[in-house]
Amino acid sequence: MQLTLEFKGGLELLFGSVKVHQIEVEPSDGKDKLKLQELLIWVRNHLLKERPEMFMKGNSVRPGVLVLINDCDWELLGQLDAVVDEKDTVVFISTLHGG
Amino acid sequence: MGEIDRASPEILKELEALRKANAELLSEISALQKQLQGTVEMSSKPICIDGPNAISLEHNTKFFSQTQHILYGSSSVQESVAPSEAKLEVGSKARANINEETPNSQGISVAHLENDWIYEDVGGCIRKSMGNCERLHNLDPYTISRYSRQLLVPAFGVKGQENLLKSSILIIGAGGLGSPAALYLAAAGVGCLGLVDHDVVELDNLHRQVIHTEGAVGETKVKSAAAACRAINSFLKVNEHYSGLQASNAVNIISKYDIIVDATDNLPTRYLINDACVVMGKPLVSGAALGTEGQLTVYHHDDGPCYRCIFPVPPPPDACQSCSDAGVLGVVPGIIGCLQALEAIKLASGTGEPLSSRLLILDALTTSVQKVKLRGRNHSCIVCGDAPQLSRENLHQFDYEAFTSSLMSDKIPQRKQMLPLSYGVSCKEYKRRCEEGELHVLLDVRDAHQYAISALPNSVNVPFSQLKERVPQIQDLAKGIDLEVEEAYPTEVLAQSLRPIYVICRRGHDSQKTVQFLRSNGFPDTFDIVGGLECWTREVDHHFPKY
Repeated sequence: MQLTLEFKGGLELLFGSVKVHQIEVEPSDGKDKLKLQELLIWVRNHLLKERPEMFMKGNSVRPGVLVLINDCDWELLGQLDAVVDEKDTVVFISTLHGG
Repeated sequence: MGEIDRASPEILKELEALRKANAELLSEISALQKQLQGTVEMSSKPICIDGPNAISLEHNTKFFSQTQHILYGSSSVQESVAPSEAKLEVGSKARANINEETPNSQGISVAHLENDWIYEDVGGCIRKSMGNCERLHNLDPYTISRYSRQLLVPAFGVKGQENLLKSSILIIGAGGLGSPAALYLAAAGVGCLGLVDHDVVELDNLHRQVIHTEGAVGETKVKSAAAACRAINSFLKVNEHYSGLQASNAVNIISKYDIIVDATDNLPTRYLINDACVVMGKPLVSGAALGTEGQLTVYHHDDGPCYRCIFPVPPPPDACQSCSDAGVLGVVPGIIGCLQALEAIKLASGTGEPLSSRLLILDALTTSVQKVKLRGRNHSCIVCGDAPQLSRENLHQFDYEAFTSSLMSDKIPQRKQMLPLSYGVSCKEYKRRCEEGELHVLLDVRDAHQYAISALPNSVNVPFSQLKERVPQIQDLAKGIDLEVEEAYPTEVLAQSLRPIYVICRRGHDSQKTVQFLRSNGFPDTFDIVGGLECWTREVDHHFPKY
């Protein structure tokens, strides 16, 4: 499954300062959809370069990080149970406070 | 006359009396005419005053736009206004005092015209009317001219401008976001603008905080911003709040305004503003910018979520970067601040769709603007939920700094001493050891882009994030091997013990962590240069650039 992952709001610093990642990932049980829960673990194991606690807390993202699946807040789509499909875009964005 | 001569003395007497009376009347008329001419500086432009009992001094029906005094009966009047000497100038500041009534002792009915308005004193009270233009709205001709390009926008129009002129907007933070927001709101014609900030203008603010000038460095941001807003629009009422926003004053300040703009730079203040807006029922236009990215949304409007609905738990303090650490491209908060002004204008005027339940994300590097859908209001939110725990009565007790583990300012927190004191040397001591000719290694562990700004001579840049991978290089350096000039070192030098390593960074934080790491990885002779380069500038070399 091809997905586009984007890390913004400073999160890219944890991913080698690369904001956009085109990834190829296979759902573990051979299904054609991937749960966000599984995707997060894949990201932690394959993409994350440093300080995992700045990206994740427990099995979810840390407080202050928004997850957007195809421009929609993952809270509206089931959070960790939300699923992504072929060619979907998932954005991880840290809230900013500067001004 | 012959007949008269022959008339009876009684008739002649009567005639004489009539002549006398006639002459008196004529002189009275002449005096009145003089008085009339003296009072009215007759304009070449035509004058026409509307109203059932009005006296028409000219016959043309056009407006005139010069200040004049005229004798006046009474007119159809709608608003009471206060005249003042300042009002005699076109576009004067006095217009801001409109709606105040002041008695006039003279009791004569005198009116003056300004900017096509007729200011009339009737019975000690000043009233305003508009000539023969049909009164479809409350905008006077000056206001119509001034905001004409906005009035011409169909979606905004007269109603939008009228609403805007009546609105009061509070901007919290007169920095990178607040600067453009305040300038545009002042220019657009809001009725009242409140400015909150406790900071003073600094040199490194000027690249993005465009409301402040070089001359304002050292001045309070609120004073500087208020002066700039007044210079743009003298009719604007500006309230200056110098104390900054705290839990103790937030509800009181926010209660005085219709719309709140969050243009602050720190996390605890963002939670505080959100909570105060919710408990006072005010819509919140929230903007943020850092580096090359910006974010914008409207909270607590139209049953949309509040900040706490989206972020019920604050991020860890290490995840919060500030402009003074991570930097910010000036135009990025400029864009977001303009968008905040736009959202505030939309809310105030009732125009368009405010950005509620949606988040705008700006990526300046790729010039991409993304708008994403956010979750709705969280019914279990502790401030806007169905059973809120925070209220206007108890909000002042909430400890926002403790809740977020960060300070209500983007100022740098005090350096923390993490190492035993014997692992550190002061900047002055390091300088002394250099002058004594001690062979050593100076590691600068800042990121490469910071190292490029300014660095000490003979320092080697090994960014903290690359420390582990570069241990072999550090080992070579400590042995006295410079990889680029390896041949220059005779073998007996290489056999010597390791040279001491001194570690420096910007403020003395990462350098301590580096010392800790190196001491436990085979480099016991490693020392922190306490306080970093900022301290070096302060204590050793005032000319070393501070950034």
